[in-house]
Amino acid sequence: MAKNTQNLDEVTIRFAGDSGDGMQLTGTQFTNTTALLGNDLSTLPDYPAEIRAPQGTLFGVSGFQIHFGSLEINTPGDQCDVLVAMNAAALKVNLGSLVDGGAIIVNTDGFSDKNLKLAGYPSNPLKDPAIQKYTLYEVDITKLTTLALQDMNLSSKIVDRSKNFFALGMMYWMYNRPLEPTIEWIKKKFSAKPDIMESNIRVLKAGWNYGETTEIFKVRYEVGPAKLTPGKYRNITGNQATAWGFIAAAKRAHLDLFLGSYPITPASDILHELSMYKSYGVKTFQAEDEIAGVTSAIGASFGGSLAITTTSGPGVALKTEALGLAVMVELPVVVINVQRGGPSTGLPTKTEQADLLQALYGRNGEAPIPIVAASTPGNCFYAAIEASRIALKYMTPVFLMTDGYLANGSEPWLIPKSSDLPDLTVKFRTEAEGFMPYLRDEKTLARPWAIPGTPGLEHRIGGLEKQHLTGNVSYDPANHEYMVRLRAEKVERIADDIPTAKVEGDAKGDLLVVGWGGTYGAIKSAVTKMRAEGHSVSHLHLTHLNPMPKNTGEILYNFKNVLVPELNMGQLVKVLRSKYLVPAVGLNKIQGLPFKSVEIEKKIVEILKGGK
Amino acid sequence: MSTKVNEMLASAASVAPVKYTSKDFSSDQDVRWCPGCGDYSILAQTQRVMPDLGIPKHKTVFVSGIGCSSRFPYYMNTYGFHSIHGRATAVASGLKMARPDLSVWIVTGDGDGMSIGGNHLIHLLRRNIDVNVLLFNNQIYGLTKGQYSPTSEVGKVTKSTPYGSIDYPFNPASLALGASASFVARTLDRDPKHMQVVLKRAAEHKGTSFVEIYQNCNVFNDGAFFQFTEKESKDENVVFLEHGKPLVFGKEKEKGIKLDGFTPTVVSTKDGKYSVNDLLVHNEKDTTLSFILADMTMKPALPRPVGIFLSLERPTYDDMMTLQIDEAKKKRGEGDLEKLLNSGDTWMIN
Ligand code: SF4
Repeated sequence: MAKNTQNLDEVTIRFAGDSGDGMQLTGTQFTNTTALLGNDLSTLPDYPAEIRAPQGTLFGVSGFQIHFGSLEINTPGDQCDVLVAMNAAALKVNLGSLVDGGAIIVNTDGFSDKNLKLAGYPSNPLKDPAIQKYTLYEVDITKLTTLALQDMNLSSKIVDRSKNFFALGMMYWMYNRPLEPTIEWIKKKFSAKPDIMESNIRVLKAGWNYGETTEIFKVRYEVGPAKLTPGKYRNITGNQATAWGFIAAAKRAHLDLFLGSYPITPASDILHELSMYKSYGVKTFQAEDEIAGVTSAIGASFGGSLAITTTSGPGVALKTEALGLAVMVELPVVVINVQRGGPSTGLPTKTEQADLLQALYGRNGEAPIPIVAASTPGNCFYAAIEASRIALKYMTPVFLMTDGYLANGSEPWLIPKSSDLPDLTVKFRTEAEGFMPYLRDEKTLARPWAIPGTPGLEHRIGGLEKQHLTGNVSYDPANHEYMVRLRAEKVERIADDIPTAKVEGDAKGDLLVVGWGGTYGAIKSAVTKMRAEGHSVSHLHLTHLNPMPKNTGEILYNFKNVLVPELNMGQLVKVLRSKYLVPAVGLNKIQGLPFKSVEIEKKIVEILKGGK
Repeated sequence: MSTKVNEMLASAASVAPVKYTSKDFSSDQDVRWCPGCGDYSILAQTQRVMPDLGIPKHKTVFVSGIGCSSRFPYYMNTYGFHSIHGRATAVASGLKMARPDLSVWIVTGDGDGMSIGGNHLIHLLRRNIDVNVLLFNNQIYGLTKGQYSPTSEVGKVTKSTPYGSIDYPFNPASLALGASASFVARTLDRDPKHMQVVLKRAAEHKGTSFVEIYQNCNVFNDGAFFQFTEKESKDENVVFLEHGKPLVFGKEKEKGIKLDGFTPTVVSTKDGKYSVNDLLVHNEKDTTLSFILADMTMKPALPRPVGIFLSLERPTYDDMMTLQIDEAKKKRGEGDLEKLLNSGDTWMIN
């Protein structure tokens, strides 16, 4: 039958089901196909910490949200317009994130009495009048999948596993996306399992055909390509971009990359990704614990590698002592903290920004470490290069802060030319004449990198206080103070070597919203909207948190109010208040979830009305 | 691709080999151990052995943790890294993986290596990274001034155990064997010749070499090993392990070790009942035997075994890592950044 086609500027879809239903895969496939069509997009996977939580339960629900459009897309969307719910629990967990009047597509087979009970529904919500404020599409996806495969003689397990492709096929039909990219992917992925390959392709097509023929869908939608900067694009997640950033940094420095790491959510994907690039000279070492992860990296750095260690907050806690050692021996090493909800084990799969003060201050003694933070999934690539640049040039450990939201989220990424990336070529010390392990570069205050194997430069380093210049052990009080100040000064001087901060919006005004890290998209959306409504609001997003750009104070003083939204109890705001003596206020959310733009918009309005 | 490290190595290769003496390995730093400490002898034997290894001193690195023993790198005129408590093994692992061309030595103690650093030590041993571990065992915490250590005997009265220690001790050799070490040896601070032989063998061994050195702490645990090191008592209390030779000991070499099932027993070769042919013959390649011999340490009625318990060839972690990288490069070609960035599904926006 003929269907209406409507044009949309943007749409947000959330796929939700059991953690065994393959919702992450469905979402990723929809994302990749959508990216290929030239839409701008942003994604948010939301999955439980349990690998295979009991079927049908609320805590076993896994979700994947994608926001895409022909406009600039900065966030995965505050609310979804369409919710695909594979069972009752998925509906219950996610209904709150659906806009009023939004569409729900449910797999009716997931609403059996047992499912309803597990989800805690006293009666079937699909029959509840309350559901009428949404457009409900009831599809027996399980049955239709089984029908599509009935002559294939497959186990019920395989049949059940392919039903997510039915949902994907339907959504491809509804948003007019081609099936080919996913078919190609299935062919490659299941080349060794022809049964599964065929069943998945069949079900995917069946889903599409169902959309085409069924009476229940009256409209389909068209979302045109976005006006992105011309060039070649790919879709990239934060963790992948981080891994690639370090491969690029090592190449541009002409060093081998060494990763010492212990598996931890949500950072492990960086280890997985890097372990594939052996032909790039990348050495990955899955250590026995977090401490060995960082100390092996310090050893590799002593040997002349670009050495890094990947982890999340609890791992950073364990690496703390070793980071003090890296400060003392002044060797380059980058620590990547993919932040998650804390304290302790906290919320392993959820996002948070509560490790900023840990990065700034969490060590014994005066042990300053530069900090770089990534703002979007694609930006992780550049942040990784910048963190490496600082580490290598200043002979210092550096923190690279990302978070679970950036790590697993994805966006279209303009592929750079490798030759346009910064040249990080290092110079090892080789001249024996005049060599002293702690004789510093006048400008950067970096000590020479003299690696074992260099004739005539035999020397000893260690965690005991160093005598200025010679690097010999020294307990001299005056020398200790001198060295503490020198190490601090070295880090401070980096401020001369980083870009000045740039305000998005006007340089002066009523309110400046200051953010760092993964809140970039939400703040940007909120500020853009508020500005369009005529408010005097600007946005400053900090990439360098230690040291901060030299003009940071100047910018802050140009605004009547300063608002600092953070996914913590107020960490950057504390630093800004103490460092620049500005009466900045915080907007704090500690739910393991990213900000919604509206939450920031609300606060902006409140402050501008004088409410604070 | 030539890395900056390879460039440095290429230019260093043109440096003519030097004939070293032990003096060349001694640094300009004053040695600060207590007078009479067993560490002095270990330092002297190490410096004596180094010239014979044929490895340039700029290719040699000593890595240590924290403790009296861990001051060692400061006194060696090689590259050195005095790291943090218990982690020398992990620092050295990273260094050796990054730079398989280096000769890497770890100096640790019973506290540093067996207590706070126990985890890294066992993992190093099972991985068989080609480094040498010298564990100075003095059965006490020296640097923190006299607490019992994980190798102190039960009942030991120390500052932290005024009523006697109730901690059962580790036997380092058994622990190393249990962690699948490929080279396990024990030597004595007061037997320079033996130590030199063992150190040389450790250096030659490809894989992790674990050497426990009985070391006298004359300040906090004086004489802990005297029965094994002093002239009057040593012959009766120590049996030296030599590959292919029967286990004999005693002043007149009149006693030996015979296996009774799996149980080593002391027999006399003089009373006519047994001859040297009945004695257990040492075999460094026999893992089962190595466990039996190491376990003799914990049996007070038996002489203390000293020497090389086990020396087995098995692939090293660093070699396998290099091999995987070389094979990947051969198969896929040297990694190209431009190619990487443009890999996977891409699209153009005009
Ligand atoms: S305390 Fe004991 S081990 Fe330490 S230096 Fe003195 S004698 Fe040697």
